[in-house]
Amino acid sequence: MQLTNRSKQVSNKEMTLAERAYLPAIATGLAITIKHFFSKKVTIQYPEVKRYLGPVFRGRHILKRDAEGRERCTACGLCAVACPAEAISMVAAERVKGEENLYREEKYAAVYEVNMLRCIFCGLCEEACPKQAVYLRHDEFVPVFTERDQVIWGKDLLVEDMNNRYTREAWTKEEARALDAKRASGEVTNVVPRAIP
Amino acid sequence: MVVVSRNPIHSVLYLILTFFTLSGHYILLNAQFLAAVNIIVYAGAIMVLFLFVIMFLNMKQDQEEAKTNLTKIAATIVGGTVFVILFGAYRKTAIEPFNPQTYDSQIGMIESLGHMLFRDYLLPFELASILLLVAMVGAVLLGKREIGERHF
Amino acid sequence: MDLVEFLVKTVTIVAVFGLTLLIAMYSTWAERKVAGFIQDRSGPNRAGWGGLLQPLADAGKMFFKEDFIPALANKWLFIAGPSLAMLTALLASAVIPFGSTFRIAGHEVALQGVESNIGILYVFGVVALGVYGIMVGGWASNNKFSLLGAIRAASQNISYEVAMGLSLIAILMMSSSLSLGEIVAQQHGMNWNIFYQPLGFIIFITCSFAECNRVPFDLPECETELVGGYHTEYGSMKLGFYLFAEYINMFISSAIISVLYFGGYNYPGMDFVYAQLVKSFGPDLGHNIATLIGTAVFFGKALFFVFFYMWVRWTIPRFRYDQLMNLGWKKLIPLAIFNIIITGAAVLFLKPVITAWLN
Repeated sequence: MQLTNRSKQVSNKEMTLAERAYLPAIATGLAITIKHFFSKKVTIQYPEVKRYLGPVFRGRHILKRDAEGRERCTACGLCAVACPAEAISMVAAERVKGEENLYREEKYAAVYEVNMLRCIFCGLCEEACPKQAVYLRHDEFVPVFTERDQVIWGKDLLVEDMNNRYTREAWTKEEARALDAKRASGEVTNVVPRAIP
Repeated sequence: MVVVSRNPIHSVLYLILTFFTLSGHYILLNAQFLAAVNIIVYAGAIMVLFLFVIMFLNMKQDQEEAKTNLTKIAATIVGGTVFVILFGAYRKTAIEPFNPQTYDSQIGMIESLGHMLFRDYLLPFELASILLLVAMVGAVLLGKREIGERHF
Repeated sequence: MDLVEFLVKTVTIVAVFGLTLLIAMYSTWAERKVAGFIQDRSGPNRAGWGGLLQPLADAGKMFFKEDFIPALANKWLFIAGPSLAMLTALLASAVIPFGSTFRIAGHEVALQGVESNIGILYVFGVVALGVYGIMVGGWASNNKFSLLGAIRAASQNISYEVAMGLSLIAILMMSSSLSLGEIVAQQHGMNWNIFYQPLGFIIFITCSFAECNRVPFDLPECETELVGGYHTEYGSMKLGFYLFAEYINMFISSAIISVLYFGGYNYPGMDFVYAQLVKSFGPDLGHNIATLIGTAVFFGKALFFVFFYMWVRWTIPRFRYDQLMNLGWKKLIPLAIFNIIITGAAVLFLKPVITAWLN
């Protein structure tokens, strides 16, 4: 039974003199390695160059605003409940008059903190959110931190910047492939990966 | 140092050092070829085998005291006799004074050595080589396993 | 010996010493680069431009690590091991002719540490002593794996030394000299020994691979069978010395190969270049420039062989120990003896015929 077409019959036949001398085999081996020596290197110089990880990558969190720039989060706490690592904590507050252009709902999160040491980037908070407020970005990592007080991210880091909005087009594998094809053909899309080597 | 070291490995290492000093003497006597060959053959190969064997034997400290007084006395006598013989030979030899006219700076070089060995002393040279060959064949014969003997 | 001569010799020896160390240092860098390139990676490239400061960083790390000596180890011999390895590796560079001569103010200065009429024997003697560094170190560690590694290293080295010596004898028969300087001088122009001794060359290079404990003969330190071979117990700069000695040996043997088989500083058309340079720069300066070119050619050849060592390392898998011994004793030594006989016959019978025919 043949499982793959890459399988090769082996035999125990007597080797010829050229095969036993081993030198021709060494020469072919050397030719192969020298070919690799001059071939293109596949290494991506990571901190300087980052490769695009696909549209469904789960990177750092973001708290979305709506089209008018109001925060979508209503501090319902479902994300904190859904979180298996208990990384999310929040303090709710009531919207007062004059803040309608800041918060969409009548209740908002005064404090919203994600502990990046606990977070496992599973994405359950995204799924739990009824207001489509919290997302895991597909294009940015949590950067390396060296101090303990860099670990807990507050609203200052999480809330979306209106000048640099976060969007994502492809949601399924097929869409992602189509998007890749589009990008390869040069059509402009609004998913701009940070860098492709 | 070779003799008085308690540890056989140290003895071997001191013996290597002795061979080095011997090579130094050869160089002083303008016999560079002999010096190099001495280092290659004795220090480089034979002493490595010595070291090998001693490392394999794994000598224990408590086996050291197995020597009786008789062996010690016998060893002293033999060593002393060798010393006396060497001293006597040294006393008898007359060292020629250095003479720049007849001195040949090439005397210890490989060319003159080769001429000497293959012209004047050809028969002893060949006999020595046959002796070595016989020794080698004997060693191979002793070391060879018979068919069916256990491999370990 | 007057003072000038003494000073000149001192300068030459220090230069050779420093150069050997420098090349060995950058061999470690080149090794990793070549490894990376052959495996489609790019190798170390963080420390300095293209990773050029990497050897310094490694050395700094080695120096600042704890200088550890096992409690049951023999302290003096434990320290003597790496020192011996380093010493014997460095000693061999003394007799290698790096170039012909410099003419400085009427003095002819040979680009060679010591011109000795037993040059190649000296190299052999020193290489033979290299075993002691490994054996002493392995034994002094008081560790079974170290001892096994050391014994394997030693038996491998002395086995391959025999074949190496025998393959060399053919060269010595052709050049009828033991001096490295003379052997090089005889290969003037394109008259390289490789064209007369291809079989000897293959045997010699195989043996030098084994002598340097390089892949495919790196059994003394193979991690899969012996934890780390003879340097299992070593750390910090003592380990560094062992590894460094290996790279020095690599450079030395490459240099010896290029001297013996590839004509050292000789290159085709050197007479023409020499004549041109002397014509345009005068006899002194022209001669010096020609020597410099020759030295550059020599280093090109030697460094190519260093590269070849690395190239082979990532091509050929390691031999099994019995395969190694079979190759050494049952293949290479008979081949080398065969080569000696062929060469002797050629020198005695063929050479007069060809010379008569050419004239």
